[in-house]
Amino acid sequence: MLRYTIRRVLQLALVVLVLSVLLFAWLRALPGGPVSALLGDRGTAESRAQLREALGLDDPIFVQYFAFLGRALTGDFGTSTGVSPGKPAMELFLERFPATIELSIAAIVIALIGAIPLGYLAARRRGGWFDNASVVGSMIGISIPIFFLAFLLKYLLAIKLGWLPTGGRQSAGLDATRVTGFFVLDGLLTREWDASLDALRHLLLPALALSSIPFAVIFRITRASVLDVMDEDYVRTARSKGLAKRIVRDRHILRNAMLPVVTTVGLQTGALLSGAVLTETVFSWQGVGQALAVGFERKDFPVLQVVIIAAAMAYVLVNLIVDLSYAAIDPRIRTAGKVG
Amino acid sequence: MALLEVRDLSVVFRRKGEEPTIAVDGISFDVEPGQTVGLVGESGCGKSVTSLAIMGLLPSRGVDVSGSVSFEGTELLHLSQRRLDERRGRDLGMVFQDPLSSLNPVVPIGVQIAEVLQRHRELSRKQARSEAAELLNRVGIPDPARRLDEYPHQLSGGMRQRALIAIALACRPRLLIADEPTTALDVTIQAQILNLLTELVADTDTALIMITHDLGVVAGLCDEVNVMYGGRIVERAERHALFTAPRHPYTNGLLESIPRLDAPRGERLVPIRGSVVDNIPWADGCAFAPRCPNAIEPCWSVTPALVADDGRMLRCHNPVEVPVTAGEGVR
Ligand SMILES: Nc1ncnc2c1ncn2[C@@H]1O[C@H](COP(=O)(O)OP(=O)(O)OP(=O)(O)O)[C@@H](O)[C@H]1O
Ligand SMILES: [Mg+2]
Repeated sequence: MLRYTIRRVLQLALVVLVLSVLLFAWLRALPGGPVSALLGDRGTAESRAQLREALGLDDPIFVQYFAFLGRALTGDFGTSTGVSPGKPAMELFLERFPATIELSIAAIVIALIGAIPLGYLAARRRGGWFDNASVVGSMIGISIPIFFLAFLLKYLLAIKLGWLPTGGRQSAGLDATRVTGFFVLDGLLTREWDASLDALRHLLLPALALSSIPFAVIFRITRASVLDVMDEDYVRTARSKGLAKRIVRDRHILRNAMLPVVTTVGLQTGALLSGAVLTETVFSWQGVGQALAVGFERKDFPVLQVVIIAAAMAYVLVNLIVDLSYAAIDPRIRTAGKVG
Repeated sequence: MALLEVRDLSVVFRRKGEEPTIAVDGISFDVEPGQTVGLVGESGCGKSVTSLAIMGLLPSRGVDVSGSVSFEGTELLHLSQRRLDERRGRDLGMVFQDPLSSLNPVVPIGVQIAEVLQRHRELSRKQARSEAAELLNRVGIPDPARRLDEYPHQLSGGMRQRALIAIALACRPRLLIADEPTTALDVTIQAQILNLLTELVADTDTALIMITHDLGVVAGLCDEVNVMYGGRIVERAERHALFTAPRHPYTNGLLESIPRLDAPRGERLVPIRGSVVDNIPWADGCAFAPRCPNAIEPCWSVTPALVADDGRMLRCHNPVEVPVTAGEGVR
């Protein structure tokens, strides 16, 4: 297991390195660039040249890359040129990352606690009205554009009905203590219950919007997987033992049906960032998704680089965790690992 | 009263847009306490479906089960799920054909045995575990304490089947159904498993329904044998009578297609010609007629009834003559 983990971490390093080259080259091949973004049409030829030099954009691209890599390895990704000019990109990222993590965790938790029981029930009632309705629901969940859903939720529940806040992470007047950067958690840690509740109310709508795709995907995989497992011989054996319904369900059906679900959860968690860009924009959620959106608009290379590389690392890490938990559920993989 | 009385059991599979499949077509038989009864026939004749119907393990939808299955006087077919679950695993146990797929791959063997003890004997987790080790020992698995924590994929095929037997016999059921318990195993292991089963059911006075397509298996251990063809019983006889003087041409064909110890050297084995796809519906005559060497005119038009004939039950218009030397067969 340890050797496996080490191998995976080395893979991660390689992935990130390759990605950084591609990303670096790709960003610089985009039309526009930070100079036009910063100066707009007003810049004179002279001021443009000055700025280019200040930003090091006149050096050959590989020189730029190695300079970037050297600094990046020490955690220095340069200063933001567009999202928050003058602020180190890393600092900006660290400030905003907890917001996105909080949002993503909330979305995945909603998806898991909702979709797995629903998927199980739909499978057990295959072909019934509940099954049909939830399959249609999941198709809508997968196909509805996430920004549309986000707008819809915001419009109905926040603007029209006024039940929930329209955006942001916490009400402005609240003077909450910061500990971890996860606002809901901070409130709990500091016993500022009102701050926690307020953060939760802000979190609900964006998390719901962001959870729509993972919810639908996890639902479908759970349903399909439970249907498969129910026909397995070992479930018949379990029934032949007269076991309690709950044990047949949890130990014999769900534990096996969860294997493909775990993999899906990993892939979906990784895919959350693209959803977060849209959701965070709609709900003015100060996370890295929003930084990414603004960063693209203003060609803020340092911010884009730190965010995208961090996102890739997070993706690979999440999938490492997923693979490890897969091995925890499935003994066949665990023992194969021991031998290899 | 017999331990198990199966009366007119029929199972019909219905699928939308397809002809219904009559898998089991009105079969009746008894199992006395402690008795070993064989259910023999070619693939697809309805043996497994019969056993699943008795155990209440058929899918709940798309299947019509009719007739009666009475166990110790209780009608199993109309029992509520809860009442049925009180008896399955405790009074009725089942061993399945494929030991690998019949064990849960992600649950340790020990738990899969202990859970049935915890369910029916209200043992604590610890007691159930030590009893599970005891059971593994009894079915001949060495080092049982260590095996408890292993998973099915870590055991050999024979060991897995032993573990399944341990599960089925954990609560000392009154009836054990073994559905081709050796088919998935190596030949060398097959005999071991059969011996183990025979020993265990004799020790505990458990009645056994032995399902197999292999008359050789039946020869060694059954008191009475039911031969099935196309979802019906075509011949039932006490073992000795069946082997020495098969009356139904199908039984005879099965016997001629297996190697016999008392056969003269060089005698060829004769397979039954044709296959189940040649069957005609029972309603039009005898399903076996197209493959039967003894077929005569009525076989193609009149459905033969299962009738008593000299101490056995027989469903045939033109049975095999009783050989003059009957009674001398050695196996
Ligand atoms: N779930 C099902 N749906 C439809 N038909 C089925 C189903 N299960 C069994 N059958 C049909 O019932 C008939 C009897 O099947 P069964 O499994 O009892 O045969 P068997 O005698 O056990 O054969 P084998 O030696 O191959 O195990 C077959 O024709 C089969 O196609
Ligand atoms: Mg079968």
